[in-house]
Amino acid sequence: MTLADDAAQHGLTRVGARPSLPAYLAEVWQRRQFVYSLAKFRLESENQRNRLGMGWVVLRPLINAAVYGVIFGILLAGSRPPQFVEFLIIGVFLFEYFSASFNQGARSITSSQSLLQSLSFPRLALPLSSVIQRLLQFVPMVAIMIILVVMLGTAPRLEWLLLIPLAALLTIFNAGLAMITARLTVHFRDLSQLLPFVTRLIFYTTGIFFSFEERFSEHTTVLRIMDFQPVHEFLTLGRSIMLQGPGYDVPTEYWLYASVWSLAILVIGVVFFWQAEERYGRTD
Amino acid sequence: MAAPTERPPVVIVDDVHVEYKVLATGKRASADEMHGGLLQRRNARRTRSVHALKGVSFTARENDSIGIIGSNGSGKSTLMRAIVGLTPVTQGAIYASSRPSLLGVGAALLRELSGERNIVLGCLAMGLSMDEINDRFDDIVDFAGLREFIELPMRTYSSGMTARLKFAIATARDHEILIVDEALAVGDRSFRDRSEARIREIRDNAGTVFLVSHSMKSIRDTCNRVVWINKGTLMMDGEPDEVIKAYEATT
Repeated sequence: MTLADDAAQHGLTRVGARPSLPAYLAEVWQRRQFVYSLAKFRLESENQRNRLGMGWVVLRPLINAAVYGVIFGILLAGSRPPQFVEFLIIGVFLFEYFSASFNQGARSITSSQSLLQSLSFPRLALPLSSVIQRLLQFVPMVAIMIILVVMLGTAPRLEWLLLIPLAALLTIFNAGLAMITARLTVHFRDLSQLLPFVTRLIFYTTGIFFSFEERFSEHTTVLRIMDFQPVHEFLTLGRSIMLQGPGYDVPTEYWLYASVWSLAILVIGVVFFWQAEERYGRTD
Repeated sequence: MAAPTERPPVVIVDDVHVEYKVLATGKRASADEMHGGLLQRRNARRTRSVHALKGVSFTARENDSIGIIGSNGSGKSTLMRAIVGLTPVTQGAIYASSRPSLLGVGAALLRELSGERNIVLGCLAMGLSMDEINDRFDDIVDFAGLREFIELPMRTYSSGMTARLKFAIATARDHEILIVDEALAVGDRSFRDRSEARIREIRDNAGTVFLVSHSMKSIRDTCNRVVWINKGTLMMDGEPDEVIKAYEATT
């Protein structure tokens, strides 16, 4: 009898062979408390290091919005969308959540080598936790966003509750994307150098400080393409929920597009990440 | 052979070969350098392959506590990492009844977080529930002997303190297979005694322990079987006294 037969007979499995997808997902679900606590502890320690602590969570996007507002408000003086300040704030705040998840998610595996090598747990917990960490940061940001929009003269409406499903969709989208980039960065370490440029590219092609609909009103092809740019969809939905008036009608089909994007990216992300489960933490 | 055949096998190592690509500078290619990896790869393109394990086979059974001995660079750590799945085998296969935990010297789990939070997260990662962690928390802290430092971030710990905390966390759960790779060597005397007692306890609870160590005393005190590896091949596998005697005769 060979050793392999012996192993099979006693129900031993090959080291490094990954569990089936349903079994894997069950393991991840069992670790949900780990995912949440890791996110919470990391966020707290991140804030402890700065003197202003949690204050930066709010200050950073505000300063961002102010900088873009001043620079592009002047540059694009003629083609500013109505309610430009609100337009900008909603755009910057939502994009901040996306880009922070995107960047941290991509590094979630490569930056946790010691944890990966010491303990065995489903690795999917790490990119998930990165996104949850950013979500925990996003919630107070939404509160600030609402306060600012009210202060700028928009009366609160019941419709604003739609921000909840929007945030849920964006979170699903971010999580799926984090799983994909987390695995890609493991294979191509150099990718993390490129990520800032990718983020910037998405930033400029999303329409944060200008309105694509106005800027390209004659180019139907461009607008058609933008209809399918997921981040643009999320921002447009966010603005149309919060603001009223010309240019802020709710594009109903965007809900459909954004949902399809989110779910598709999540499914692809889970499968893609799971396929390399045994690869994470390896030194080869 | 020390192991009577009726005990079920837990880990089977079947003709395992591991080959590394090593940079000409002596550093392992890519691997754990998180910083500066890009630069190093650019500067030192020349790689050479090193045959770290050349066909090792053995079977570890339930209740086995196996000491792994051999000189530096003989392939002990490579074998342990292969058993956990952190180093891919080039040829052959390793079978295990569950995914083993590996305790090595080295980095903290989460550097920026306090010892306290590392305990909570480490235990959650291993699949313990919050209630179980609350029950065991004090034991873990006392075992590591870090009561007064438990609120400090782990990056401020010495290597001995880090190793103690990691060992205390990893052994808070009942393990089927635990691999301790020189992690006890950095601990002080009293911690070593406590951890050796803990290893015997794991073994008595139907666990299987691998202990890599250069301390023949630790190995004699905790192991019922010793595997001697030299230059990637298995030299001897058997009773501790016998194998240690043969090993010491060559050094």
